[in-house]
Amino acid sequence: MVAINGEKVQAQGKTIGQYIEEAGYNKDRVVVEINMEIIPKDKLDTIILNEGDSVEILNFVGGG
Amino acid sequence: MSKINGTFDSRLPLDVKEKLKSARVAIAGLGGLGSNIAVMLARSGVGKLLLVDFDRVDTSNLNRQAYSIPHLGMWKTEALTQIIKDINPAVELETICTKITTENATSLLGEYPIVCEAFDKPEQKAMLISTILSECKNTIVVSGNGMASYSDCNKIKTKKVTERLYICGDGVSDIEKGDILIASRVLICAGHQATKVIQLILDDE
Repeated sequence: MVAINGEKVQAQGKTIGQYIEEAGYNKDRVVVEINMEIIPKDKLDTIILNEGDSVEILNFVGGG
Repeated sequence: MSKINGTFDSRLPLDVKEKLKSARVAIAGLGGLGSNIAVMLARSGVGKLLLVDFDRVDTSNLNRQAYSIPHLGMWKTEALTQIIKDINPAVELETICTKITTENATSLLGEYPIVCEAFDKPEQKAMLISTILSECKNTIVVSGNGMASYSDCNKIKTKKVTERLYICGDGVSDIEKGDILIASRVLICAGHQATKVIQLILDDE
């Protein structure tokens, strides 16, 4: 299991990019942190989620 | 006028004034959030501000941004310089009139210990935060996310996400879903960001 935004999810083995799309996020509008480390956008499709990872997906909205 | 030395508030203890005076803050985007954050930090006597934006002042900005009719057509960097000079001429200003990208973000902003993310597009917000947090290890980002609509202002919060990232806003209201922007709510979010910046300056350990 992987902890994503505080919830346990069966996502190990997927790339983080894959998970983000399946969960309905727009990859261009999120900041992703895995085990307290910010993941650069160009690595979202290469980093594979491992058992026990802790992931935060921060979703951004329009307005400023 | 003889009292102009960067902070007008004579009730501020000297050590507080000194910390504010020696602080340096970068503001990325000079719209509803950024222009108002800059004005608030200038009023508080923050010593140096870097103002970055690529756009000119337009009539559609007047509902929430710090500009007025005489600024229409000016670069936001120039208009905001004028506004701040009229409020607190002791603030040192650096301005860059360009669009911030993944490629230039670090060279433009990386020297600053605190960066306010004040863009309006979610893609730009995400890009700036990812780039700065992964490339500039000594920089803290204070971001604004979700200040549209006229719903309850108490939904706007400041959250510490990591040691180097604070996000202010309600996280959900979205102009792309039809929420409108009103000055009162945008300025509350800007106020959250400016207050977090002041906390970071005064409570640095």
